[in-house]
Amino acid sequence: MDLQKLITKPKKAARPEKTDDALVTVGKSVQRVDGWEKITGAAKYTDDTEFGPGLLYAALVESPHAHAKIISIDTSAAEKARGVVKVVTGRNFKHKFGLYMNDRYIFANDVVRFVGEQVAAVVATDPKAAMRAAELVKVEYQELPAVLDAVKAFEKDSPLVHPDLKSYTHVPWFFPKPGTNIAHWRKIRKGDLAGGFNKADLVLEDTYQVPRYAHCAIETHSAIGLYDASRRLTMWTSSQSPFTQRHVFAETLKAFGLSHKDVRVISTYIGGGFGGKAGVTMEIIAAALAIAVPGRPVKLLWSRAQEFYNTYQRLGCTAKIKMGVTKAGKITALDFKLHWDAGAYVEYGANVVNAAGLSASGPYKVDNLSIDSMCTYTNLPPCGAYRGFGYSEFLFGLESHITRMATELGIDPVKFRKLNAIQEGDTLPYGAHMNPTGIRQAIEKVEKEIRWGVKEKSKDPKKVIGKAQVCFWKSPAMPPNASSSAFLKFNEDGSLNILVSGMDMGQGLLTVMAQIASEVLSVPVTKIRVETPDTDRNPYEWQTVGSHVTWGCGNAVKRAALEARERIFDLVQRVHCLDKSTLYVENECVKCRTKPDFALRFSDFVINGIQADDYTFKGGPIMGSGVFMPEFASAISDPETGQGGHPNVHYTTGSAGIILEIDKETGKMKIKKVALAVDCGKAINPDLVKGQIVGGLLQGFATVLYEDMRYNEKGRLLNPNFSDYKIPTVMDMPDEVVPIIIEVAQPDGPYGARGVGEHTMIPCAPLIANAVADALGVRIKCMPVTKEKVALAVKAAKKN
Amino acid sequence: MKPHLIQFTLNGEKVSLTVEPSDVLLDVLRGRLGIKSPKVGCDRGDCGTCTVLMDGKTVRSCLALAVEAHGADIVTLEGANSRKWTQKLQKKFHEKNAFQCGFCAPGVILSATELLEKDPNPTAHEIKEAIAGNLCRCTGYEPIVEAIEETVKGK
Repeated sequence: MDLQKLITKPKKAARPEKTDDALVTVGKSVQRVDGWEKITGAAKYTDDTEFGPGLLYAALVESPHAHAKIISIDTSAAEKARGVVKVVTGRNFKHKFGLYMNDRYIFANDVVRFVGEQVAAVVATDPKAAMRAAELVKVEYQELPAVLDAVKAFEKDSPLVHPDLKSYTHVPWFFPKPGTNIAHWRKIRKGDLAGGFNKADLVLEDTYQVPRYAHCAIETHSAIGLYDASRRLTMWTSSQSPFTQRHVFAETLKAFGLSHKDVRVISTYIGGGFGGKAGVTMEIIAAALAIAVPGRPVKLLWSRAQEFYNTYQRLGCTAKIKMGVTKAGKITALDFKLHWDAGAYVEYGANVVNAAGLSASGPYKVDNLSIDSMCTYTNLPPCGAYRGFGYSEFLFGLESHITRMATELGIDPVKFRKLNAIQEGDTLPYGAHMNPTGIRQAIEKVEKEIRWGVKEKSKDPKKVIGKAQVCFWKSPAMPPNASSSAFLKFNEDGSLNILVSGMDMGQGLLTVMAQIASEVLSVPVTKIRVETPDTDRNPYEWQTVGSHVTWGCGNAVKRAALEARERIFDLVQRVHCLDKSTLYVENECVKCRTKPDFALRFSDFVINGIQADDYTFKGGPIMGSGVFMPEFASAISDPETGQGGHPNVHYTTGSAGIILEIDKETGKMKIKKVALAVDCGKAINPDLVKGQIVGGLLQGFATVLYEDMRYNEKGRLLNPNFSDYKIPTVMDMPDEVVPIIIEVAQPDGPYGARGVGEHTMIPCAPLIANAVADALGVRIKCMPVTKEKVALAVKAAKKN
Repeated sequence: MKPHLIQFTLNGEKVSLTVEPSDVLLDVLRGRLGIKSPKVGCDRGDCGTCTVLMDGKTVRSCLALAVEAHGADIVTLEGANSRKWTQKLQKKFHEKNAFQCGFCAPGVILSATELLEKDPNPTAHEIKEAIAGNLCRCTGYEPIVEAIEETVKGK
């Protein structure tokens, strides 16, 4: 299908687009619109909101077992404790919920499925009283056999995490296998796999492992709920998904007489998200507790430990790859099996599995392809969205494998990638066609930047230098009807307020939205305020995930700005009798091409109208609204082959390269230089794109160099804190980071833009693994690639 | 245990209140005194987002008991906003879009303020040392370090 034909163009965009040279604000590194708020401490985060002395605090009773039946819960002692207002258990809430699959209860009903799962909650007048009383709740359990490994969970005789899977409702693009632990199985079958392997001169098969990871936003989750006397529920949540939360709250708590209009979700600034604050996790508990104590606000604030074990984690993955390649370096066949450990509840995580399954070929043209992406329930904490949404996991194996095969065939691994890189119009794994892409430019720029092909020596004889270069791609994973919308309104002085429900979690959405509106209306960014979401006031946004809001929400804002501009032109045409087609905006004025002296300042009319010759006023407040939905997308395809739909709206591609110094004895690694080129279509704000590259790279390198979630044999997380789960400090910065922006326009993006937020993290793991192999000849196939593993591998290689 | 009456200076103003001996300074600042720039990040001294200045030195207010503030001069970012080095730093941080989510910003700015008030000409390594206790998950630290370096150079 031709993407171009399917793109819905805004009906009113009759005027030609500005060329890149004519752009005034878009493409400029303007300062963040939320900059001063954040560096003066004025920015308010959810837990900074004041609720007065009536505020109640909640503490949870959590499961000590990975899998157990709840025999009884005795709350009597807790209810009598000082300061306790209410004790709540699963008895009060019998409705299942979930984002893509309804497999969770607000509190465990009958069975607990992971260590740390919420069984009951105590609401009290102060946090200490709530915590003390929670310890008085007596829960009797009968332990059940637990399954802690995704590959074992896949076996026939494995204990079942969800014996009732058959009864669960889910989105139509999931294919659960009741009677097993398989919650979803995404299959891709394309071309002739056996024929492809027959044509290959080299076939290599291996397994790569990726453990679970934690987001570690510095702000933990927090939620405050108030169910007031008029029976409306207001929730203050630190969320990437206020509208999705409103929907889940309204649906799950329908039994209490709530409709969507009665539920209001307010999300102020959030202290980092990275996917961890997408969907609904602990917020539903706060909503339920608010219902349980009507008339009083109740706060649930996650501790750092809870942030680790009871939000979403990144899925663990065991990837089995079999690839066939010709002597000339052409990929002839790929058979990719991904076993995902998605945890006890997969209401969000199963879509990660789906997304990876659709795209596990990587940014390469693979005509004969088989992908099995299998979402497995285990008795470990639930997994969900994490920056990269499954792509980091499959890329570790795929990009390691490609370098190995190229090396074995004596082909330069970068040349190999260029030869196989996907191009515009190529067929994607699910049959649709690839969007315009600058992947070749990205490869070439990075190659030059890291002096690919030039062997380098460390000045220190104990150290060696390795190089690697890999490619990446990623598409937003979203339902086909995920939409964005925007309101835009002028103020008396010609300044603007824009209302969207895309969330600025640091990436700079608010600034970019201001720049887009500024470009259309010629109002400077400093005169534009973009509001954080409030579902009562701001229009709909599906979620801020998948690196899609610059594109989706940006399109909505652009349409809103165009609509406001049309209203301005209509009004000026009506009052001043000037032909609309001759009007344009510049420097906050309406001007006319045929009448050079004509200039009407926005501040003269955008609220109070224009005075006509008869002294009456025409017009009124100028506003605009814009909506965007990708009307060409469809998630429905053949379950056995994955062919037929158009589930992904587009892919952002790129390449990254590294110069890595390694101590041969200790395995200690130092990143001397890293370069990352990403094709963002159009960098609306290059400084913010650079921020995504530098920040995403360090987050990615941490997952490969030291981060690692460790569980004991009972399924308990052993390192839920920053002392034992190390995230990078300033001392861990690479010596040099070179961000490279490629701009091959996305035809349906605002000014050609497409997303960039997640992509910068996903190439890191194979970069390190390949650079280690390049320098030392040892191959680490199990993340993280720690210095200890490298040192031991070198030692083992010497012995052999 | 008996409640204690404590008195200290908070952002230049004298405050006096009664606290439990087990009350943590961060909770008292946020919950009782309406000071919200120090944030709760880990509650065990790992992340530095609760940093405040106590008698000119940075401390993690999640590790300090409220009673330890008795007689001290406590400054949070709300109060530091008027200090010379803080303002110079803020100008640079803004110019360079140095922060993303901004949650770690109050702590980082106070750590950098402490450094520059003590020594206006720190080395690149000393700059890193000064903010090594402040975790940032968004930026990769580079723009933060550059902004401090440029503040030092008076660029």
